[in-house]
Amino acid sequence: MSEDVSIFAVMLLPVAGAFLIALFHRQPNIREAVTLMTAGALALIVLSLVPEIYAGARPAADGFTILPGMEIAFRVEPLGMLFAMVASSLWVVNSIYSIGYMRGNNEHRQTMFYVCFAIAIAATMGVAFSANLITLFLFYEILTLSTYPLVTHKATEEAVRGGRIYLTILLGTSMVLFLPAIIWTYVLSGTMDFTPGGILAGKVGAPVAAVLLGLFVFGIGKAALMPFHFWLPAAMVAPTPVSALLHAVAVVKAGVFTVAKVVIYIFGPGFLSDTGAGEWLVFVAAFSLIAASLIAMTKDNLKARLAYSTVSQLAYVVLGASFANTMGLIGGGMQIAMHAAGKITLFFCAGAIYVATRKTEISDMAGIGRTMPVTMFAFLVGSLSIIGLPPLGGTWAKWFIAAGAIDAGQLFVIAVLIVSALLNIAYLLPIVVRGYMLPPPGMTRDAPVRIREAPFACVLALSVTALACVVLFFLAGAIEDLLAGAVSQTEPLRAGGG
Amino acid sequence: MTLESQLPALQIVLPLFGALLCALLRSGSLAWLVALVVSLAMPVISALLLMQVQDGGFISYELGGWAPPWGIEYRIDVVGAYLVMLVSVIGALIMPYARASVAKEIDADKQAWFYTMYLLCLAGLLGIAITGDAFNIFVFMEISSLSTYVLIALGKDRRALLSAYQYLIMGTIGATFYVIGVGLLYAATGTLNLVELTARIAEIGPTRPVLAALAFLVVGISLKLALFPLHVWLPNAYTYSPSVVSAFLAATATKVAVYLYLRFLFSVFGVTVVFEGLPVPEIMLVLSIAAMFGASIVAVFQDDIKRMLAYSSVGQIGYITLGIGLANKMGLTGGVVHLINHAMMKGALFMAIGAVVYRIGSSKLDDLAGIGRKMPATTIVFALAGLSIIGTPGTVGFVSKWYLALGALDKGWWWLVFLLVASSLISMVYIGRVIEVVWFRPLRHTGPEVRDVPVSMLAPMAILAAATVYFGLDTSLTAGIARRAVDILLAGAP
Repeated sequence: MSEDVSIFAVMLLPVAGAFLIALFHRQPNIREAVTLMTAGALALIVLSLVPEIYAGARPAADGFTILPGMEIAFRVEPLGMLFAMVASSLWVVNSIYSIGYMRGNNEHRQTMFYVCFAIAIAATMGVAFSANLITLFLFYEILTLSTYPLVTHKATEEAVRGGRIYLTILLGTSMVLFLPAIIWTYVLSGTMDFTPGGILAGKVGAPVAAVLLGLFVFGIGKAALMPFHFWLPAAMVAPTPVSALLHAVAVVKAGVFTVAKVVIYIFGPGFLSDTGAGEWLVFVAAFSLIAASLIAMTKDNLKARLAYSTVSQLAYVVLGASFANTMGLIGGGMQIAMHAAGKITLFFCAGAIYVATRKTEISDMAGIGRTMPVTMFAFLVGSLSIIGLPPLGGTWAKWFIAAGAIDAGQLFVIAVLIVSALLNIAYLLPIVVRGYMLPPPGMTRDAPVRIREAPFACVLALSVTALACVVLFFLAGAIEDLLAGAVSQTEPLRAGGG
Repeated sequence: MTLESQLPALQIVLPLFGALLCALLRSGSLAWLVALVVSLAMPVISALLLMQVQDGGFISYELGGWAPPWGIEYRIDVVGAYLVMLVSVIGALIMPYARASVAKEIDADKQAWFYTMYLLCLAGLLGIAITGDAFNIFVFMEISSLSTYVLIALGKDRRALLSAYQYLIMGTIGATFYVIGVGLLYAATGTLNLVELTARIAEIGPTRPVLAALAFLVVGISLKLALFPLHVWLPNAYTYSPSVVSAFLAATATKVAVYLYLRFLFSVFGVTVVFEGLPVPEIMLVLSIAAMFGASIVAVFQDDIKRMLAYSSVGQIGYITLGIGLANKMGLTGGVVHLINHAMMKGALFMAIGAVVYRIGSSKLDDLAGIGRKMPATTIVFALAGLSIIGTPGTVGFVSKWYLALGALDKGWWWLVFLLVASSLISMVYIGRVIEVVWFRPLRHTGPEVRDVPVSMLAPMAILAAATVYFGLDTSLTAGIARRAVDILLAGAP
């Protein structure tokens, strides 16, 4: 398949899948088969682009012109490649999981669920491959809108309220802060294209750049940087597969991905580190990182705790980007992949526990490891990856971010990282310990228990992602090579003013 | 004399004679047929006109063979043709929709009168955009206004009469102001022809009578286009009139008034007089911003959707006048393109709510509870057009906002960019509120009759909703024409 055909296929395939899913709404088996096949085909097409990116090619495809200067265009670069790979491959696993979860729960309106899911993935691909700010913005908003029906899926009072917060904060920040930032960038530099080395160098002074960066990072509400993180816990009313793929991977990663992309291709790391316009962001990200972890400790609802954990982990990516140096950006990019695998595992486990036992509160989960040993073991693996212990993927992301902090001379960040790791241990591991060590409620310590896992599709999915956490530990070198292509490319070009 | 050279006259004469025919027929269905045929012919004529002038030229047509400035001249340039196109396309989309809706909402013996008045109104609106004579504009304005009063009064609710009366008073004041302004201009220059007026005013400069005329004209037209705070007639008129009328008026009547604004401020008086010597931009900006926020906030608290949309219209008109107030290339393009963009989205929204009225006989928000699941197609239309009002990328609302923001930044007014985006947040609240109620509340009106409307009603609003997305992604037609129109309007600028 030629390059631009592949690029369009990546976005059109899920949309076509959505149509077919809607078409087969009366035959659930065919409908689910369509989802799985679409997801599989998408992952294959995305993977087929990888070798070229390694070889240094940047496949591009032009869409159309909305108005002079405003074009819909796509260009695959390493960071987007990584993001697309993560999202598309996890969609396959998540689809398997969804089938088990949705059927196991007898959820209503499943067709609508799968349709919106497919459109959300298409939008995610659009975000990943966008060649300029306006294309990214378009798909960013489509992603928000297509996930709203998923958040409100349960149609309860609480779901509607959650959906309201979700839309208000995501649409609100994007329109009030992100859009003016885009327009301002366009007026200042005359372009919106993602250009290696950035487009703002020499066009603005440090104070304006700092304000503009603020508009971007807070306007990109999906990055859930405090204080615009409220939508994420609110979105947890959605069915767990949505929380798992969209609110631990696609949507939030679209946010931090956009932040990283803006830093690399709009400001340019060189420009940011030379002017110091991004330094304030280090503190904001570090605050968000610690504060969210602290809040996570107070949450008894498992999904809420995981949501705050996500807020904290997303701040790592922003932190890595805020250093505006090679190590930090590689670490931030790597965190996108590593955290995705770890957090989706944890959400899969939370959902599996809900399907099997209807439990949502951590205090009720004593002894759960005895009835659901596989799930709880996967939860342990995911937790350790989030904490950042070898031999799990999360280790490397933290490693590079710490290296970035040293390069940037922000030594206090090392302390922040250590405290954060301890906090992660404090809010994640007790769940596992209580699950294995304590007897289930109403039983004595030595009483025999019957193993009752969630449906096979769920267990399969969460085992796969737990395994992925391990595999990623050994793939870190490959990811570093890939990301180095994005980051190093920016350095020589900077001298020429981009 | 070929038929082609008579196109400008045909554009007006056809609906006028159609109206006469409808009045004589006395049968609702036959009258509808006449109105349909006329309405469908209108876009064809206006497309032919637009094609002739889109490169920047103009058509001059001497009515009755009397050469201007003695006779009345019909003069069509790309600005006018753009408006004529807009009005006639909306008319053509409304008519297929009208049959079922009118049959439901208006008594059988009054239906022929309805179509008569509709065609008169159409003729008046088209006439305003076509004619090149200041007094002739007044005549057409009165034709459209008088027929509008009747159309509003035909609403089922008894308050429709009061609303029509209210509009009659306000509309008459507006028309009187307009004619006083024209009178002063005639006294000062001795001509009523717009082209002649332009030339003479440029000669004599901003003397007191000219400025007084400007003041009268601006206030008069502002009443017609419902510029905040002269909008008080509009919410009632849109709420209690028949659904078809709300949709038609919201999409066309205020737009034609905006056209008059453009014509007088930019062509006749010229940018130098209006925008450099007088505080017109400041007044415009303040009122526009007040409309964008004030009217939109009021819209949030309405429990009748038609009234909510009416206040939303007042707010959206604020965007258009904001573009006029900016009076630079980008800003004015934003205002002009929002003219057509807002016509599309508000037309679709009013048609969607009209469809609901057709099924359940109410446009109260509470009565709409849960109806989204019974009328999914209508809900999708409403949601798409609603997204456009909010201004999400990929819809026409975004394009308007983009140009307006560029216009504001051209002047260095970055704060205006934030006001612009902040006001669209308010529209998110009132649109989102409706979506929540129709989708998540338990159904209130049950029964087999609550389902999507017939194709004749569904197709027109679906076309408009699709257009809000299509022209949000491909703006070569809408913004393209707007840019050319702006080139002409700003041509007088030094």
